[in-house]
Amino acid sequence: MSAIKSRPIYPGLKVDERAKRHLVAAEGEGALAVLEAFADAPDAWSRMTLLYTPGGSAPANHSETLQGRAPDAFHLHPTRQTLMTRLNALLDTATMGTRLYAAGVEGHIGEVVAAGLAHGVDHLSIRTEHRGSLARRVQCVHCKGFIDDVTISPVPCAHCGVPLFVRDHYSRRLAAFQGVSINAETPDEVPASEELYK
Amino acid sequence: MTIQFKTETFRDDFTFSNSPEAIHRFPFPFDKDEYMYAVNIEQHMPGPVKSAFEFPIDIDEHYVSEMKDRALVLKQDPLRCQSLPHMITAEWDLLELLMESMAKNYPEHFTLTRDGDSWHWVNGPLGIDQKFTFGDTSTLPYPPMEYITRQCQGDFNLIDQRNDNLWMDAGIVTTQADWSLDFDIGMNFMEWHAPVPLAHDIGVFDRALKFLLNLQQGRPVRRLNWTMTINPRLDTSPENYHKWGVDRTTVTPENVGNKVHLRVELQALWRLPRSNAIVFSIRAYLIKMEELVTIPKWGRRFHRVLRDLKPELADYKGLTRYRQMTVDYLSKFDDGAPTSPGFFPD
Repeated sequence: MSAIKSRPIYPGLKVDERAKRHLVAAEGEGALAVLEAFADAPDAWSRMTLLYTPGGSAPANHSETLQGRAPDAFHLHPTRQTLMTRLNALLDTATMGTRLYAAGVEGHIGEVVAAGLAHGVDHLSIRTEHRGSLARRVQCVHCKGFIDDVTISPVPCAHCGVPLFVRDHYSRRLAAFQGVSINAETPDEVPASEELYK
Repeated sequence: MTIQFKTETFRDDFTFSNSPEAIHRFPFPFDKDEYMYAVNIEQHMPGPVKSAFEFPIDIDEHYVSEMKDRALVLKQDPLRCQSLPHMITAEWDLLELLMESMAKNYPEHFTLTRDGDSWHWVNGPLGIDQKFTFGDTSTLPYPPMEYITRQCQGDFNLIDQRNDNLWMDAGIVTTQADWSLDFDIGMNFMEWHAPVPLAHDIGVFDRALKFLLNLQQGRPVRRLNWTMTINPRLDTSPENYHKWGVDRTTVTPENVGNKVHLRVELQALWRLPRSNAIVFSIRAYLIKMEELVTIPKWGRRFHRVLRDLKPELADYKGLTRYRQMTVDYLSKFDDGAPTSPGFFPD
């Protein structure tokens, strides 16, 4: 179990041989997890809908490699946000026998799992693998704004400006760690930020 | 037994205080001179007359003012009341539990008349007279959980049971000790307790979960929990922490007796009949240090508990900044005499 009891465990991608449709959402280095997991299941690619955004791995050009494996449908997205828009549209019309997979940074996995939950998919049924940076997605508990790719603590809220301590507490529904004011009791001081989650 | 409801505030000018009767019935949570986490769960049986445990749902002199404070919180932040769609049956179960209990034990203040699904609820202190159809949400001005918990002291959570776990899937939380329903909704038992230090390692949550999964209908249980709060503020939410956190820096040797409050949570759990969900109620009671020491046994004992508290617990409960000043104040009321076993005043 993770040291943070509310933090999900990402056991790694494992192909569901019985799935009629593999719905795969990968970000950055998550492409390598997909290539490895599906290397021994050549038939699965013809039943795969693959969404990919290069994210932090743009120079590595995993998208050509993925496309080279000829998934049934391949969607290349410029950002995580655009990938999520497409994923939500696909989940709206997904049918029985669809298996959902997520690979990449934790913020990406979290958003995919939250989208699955919102569509009635049991979170434990989603196959996940963490690849890439340890950056966290954080929600400001005060203004409820989200901040992506957080590597430092405290981090100023991108929305309301409150300097946030990132608590070791994770919400699957919000796909984010909890950010709480670090200087509420010392309003005149803001501790220096440290890089913690690179 | 007619309760005299006080007019008082839990914010801004903080006029809240306890009458001598309310002090005497305060649910003091320490049965010995030291404190450590334990699965201190007991049957929620009727306690001594006039105590906070006399009835399953305790209504006291702060009722009307607490309900006004809740309405203010909800107006500012509607996310304090949320319910996932599958919890609607549990919401009706909760409405029945609270209305039945309040009407049975406080007939001077609340009446419930049932004719099949046609119900008639009268809440005297809040001036509410509502006829509605049980099971039909369109006949109430709010969804059932929100409707009844705007009229009942304490925070309430509705907990679903599946996959051998408990899931925090609905609630109304406006008087919390620094946790967020909006953040925790949808979490399981281990997840929502994640930030609590030490207790995971000594197996408290494993044992508590096992116990609660077997909770039987008609056999509610309770436990006491505690923390401390500066000023009689009910809404010590993380959402507003950047506004109230600074209160912790305002304690001085002169005002410690008035500003520092022991905050006790009477937590109770009921299995619900239709939904098989569990109600988890968290009722907060506040008492100023200068009120607490009017019960000599409590002044002595709380001095010893606070003085000897483990630093991790003091940090988690947010006491560190004013703990020593409070210990110094309480030491004047501790003559070193032995204290009798049990919670109640001598």
